[in-house]
Amino acid sequence: MERRPRRGVAALPYLLIAPTLFFVALFTLWPTVLVAFDSLFLQNEAVQVPQFTGLGNYAALAGDSAFQQVVLNTVLYVVVTVPVSVVLALVLALALNRKLRALGLFRLAFFYPAILPMVSAATIWLFMYAPGYGLVNVFLGILHLPGQNWLGSANLALIALMILGIWKQTGYFMIFYLAGLQGLPHEVFEAANLDGASPLQTVRHLTLPLLMGTTLFVTTIAVVNAFETVDQIYIMTGGGPTNATTMLLFDIWQTLFSFFDQGKASAMSVILIGVLLIFTVVNFTQVERRATYE
Amino acid sequence: MESARWRRLLVASATTALVVTLSACGAGATATPSSVALTFYYPVAVPGPITQLIDGYISKFEQQNPGITVKPVLSGGYPDTLTKIETTIKGGGTPPDVAVMLSTDLYSLVDSNAIQPLDSQIAAAGGDTYLSDFYPAFLANSRYQGHIWSLPFQRSTPVLFYNKDMFTAAGLDPSTGPANYQEMVSDAQKLTKPDGSTYGIEISSDGIPYWLFQSFVIGGGSNVVGSAPNQVNFDTPQAIQALQDFADLSAKYHVMPSGILQWANMPNDFVAGKAAMIWHSSGSLANILKQAKFNVGVSYTVGENGYGAPTGGGNLYMLKGIPASHQAAAWKFIQFMSSTDTQADWSINTGYIAARQSSYQTAAMKAYIAKTPQAAVAPAGLQYAKAELAAHDNAQIQKFLGDAVQAVLTGKSTPSAALATAQQQATQLLSTFKN
Repeated sequence: MERRPRRGVAALPYLLIAPTLFFVALFTLWPTVLVAFDSLFLQNEAVQVPQFTGLGNYAALAGDSAFQQVVLNTVLYVVVTVPVSVVLALVLALALNRKLRALGLFRLAFFYPAILPMVSAATIWLFMYAPGYGLVNVFLGILHLPGQNWLGSANLALIALMILGIWKQTGYFMIFYLAGLQGLPHEVFEAANLDGASPLQTVRHLTLPLLMGTTLFVTTIAVVNAFETVDQIYIMTGGGPTNATTMLLFDIWQTLFSFFDQGKASAMSVILIGVLLIFTVVNFTQVERRATYE
Repeated sequence: MESARWRRLLVASATTALVVTLSACGAGATATPSSVALTFYYPVAVPGPITQLIDGYISKFEQQNPGITVKPVLSGGYPDTLTKIETTIKGGGTPPDVAVMLSTDLYSLVDSNAIQPLDSQIAAAGGDTYLSDFYPAFLANSRYQGHIWSLPFQRSTPVLFYNKDMFTAAGLDPSTGPANYQEMVSDAQKLTKPDGSTYGIEISSDGIPYWLFQSFVIGGGSNVVGSAPNQVNFDTPQAIQALQDFADLSAKYHVMPSGILQWANMPNDFVAGKAAMIWHSSGSLANILKQAKFNVGVSYTVGENGYGAPTGGGNLYMLKGIPASHQAAAWKFIQFMSSTDTQADWSINTGYIAARQSSYQTAAMKAYIAKTPQAAVAPAGLQYAKAELAAHDNAQIQKFLGDAVQAVLTGKSTPSAALATAQQQATQLLSTFKN
């Protein structure tokens, strides 16, 4: 005979998540609703008292060539930094997941960028990219390549920020892969070894599928990091030259706190929230399900 | 007015709430019935012991004015200060009584109803006679709608710093800098070393690129500032020529490194001998003199027709919505901070140009200039200075022009196309303002 659960038991889980739910609602959901509401109003330096405009702010953004470049920059940054960081982190982890002399030193060296605050890292790289005497150009000089004005060139500035982003997060992802690698079952690898699988085959058919959970996790973090790129833009380029390095979050900050255009900034925030929401939903429903079965 | 209430709960309210709370604490904590407690926001924009200097002036002011206390709040840089004050007001909080903000923030501050005019106080202090001691160029961004809204406090202009030793070595006259753009180019060609170790000139174009660009335009006998705050003149023939001249320095004459140069690197490159001439704020003088191991010359920025420069820097504003009992005290404090002696001391210790002509007649200033003759150059050049770019929606308008400058300097556009775009963007944005 099945016993019906007692009321108290059914309420308990909700009671337990209630405090978290309360704070999430207060600091995440409620502001999101407010942003969506504000995005329907014109409110800027010219219009001090909010005026209902419907989707006017969104329409203005759609026709704004500067905003189109911002979206393009953001997409480029995501498309480049996410796969490069993740693959590089995996390669580093595979290389360091063995007995090496000074293994700790290597791991520390690769992980070190992750513990630096982004503001410090950006300041260091500001000097590294300096034209003339910066470390990057000195290194190019040794290779008899011409020095570049990395942050001052319309074509190189975004690439320079991507390099910093990848440098900063790869070591962090490597740690997750290392942890993942150490948690893998030895038996299957021994079996593969006995069956005469090549190292490449082992990685392709065993390591990668078994690490799918880790890959999903670091990819999520990498995508979020890419969308959250703001400190280094503020420190290094200010979004220039001519918006070449302006990305979505920086533009939202600039639009609200420099240009005081609250309607436009709210509409941009809604777009950012929408994109991240779609990504999260896809990640949770589609990819995670697949990962479980592989 | 339902939406106005929503506005108060604005989303970025984490910041707003924090600022409101802090300023509310600041205003309330020190107030006692018998005395007036003022709050004073000031940004730090130049190197040096700024906070000690400000604290020193305040204690002197408090000694001279028993019953008034002033609480100084270091409010970050200029943009941070404006953001703090605007969000405080929008969040319904109490703003500081007095604040130093950019002279070019005028229209934004009036539009958001953040400041009050100083007309009656100035009239009581002597009106035009009182104002006549201030350099006229430094009052150029203070007048609007028939009112005076601010008094100059920490003001500057761009100047041309040059390496006298390199001038001598290149066979140039070290006693004077170039008199116009063509002279600057030919001097720079003589100073540039073919191996790339020294460039003839470096002019930065990050941060606020419109500012140094204005020197080219004003030196060409024009300006980008419109006749009303809802107008700008970005695509005039003089402005197009000026931007061509700026870009030619690297693209055509190869006397300047290519791409966007960083403001913060210019003094370093100059004192390290990597640049024979730089354009920088007059406020960098003290720092450059301290570090340079060669004779430093100071001259004026130039355009096609000769010397020219925009003004720059911050003014003292009285905020709106402060208690009536604070207004008299706030005005006393503004007067003290812009007084002859304070301005002289402030100039000597920071490199800012004293806002008042009488400051240069004080004993302290005379002694300083006898020791550091370069400090007399910038004030003498104020006759060539014109208003800095200011309009409604100023940050956005300045960025439109800055974007055009950067697009040309990075080879992405031509001067006429880039400036036409900037003009069109600005016109569209400013069309929402009636005057």
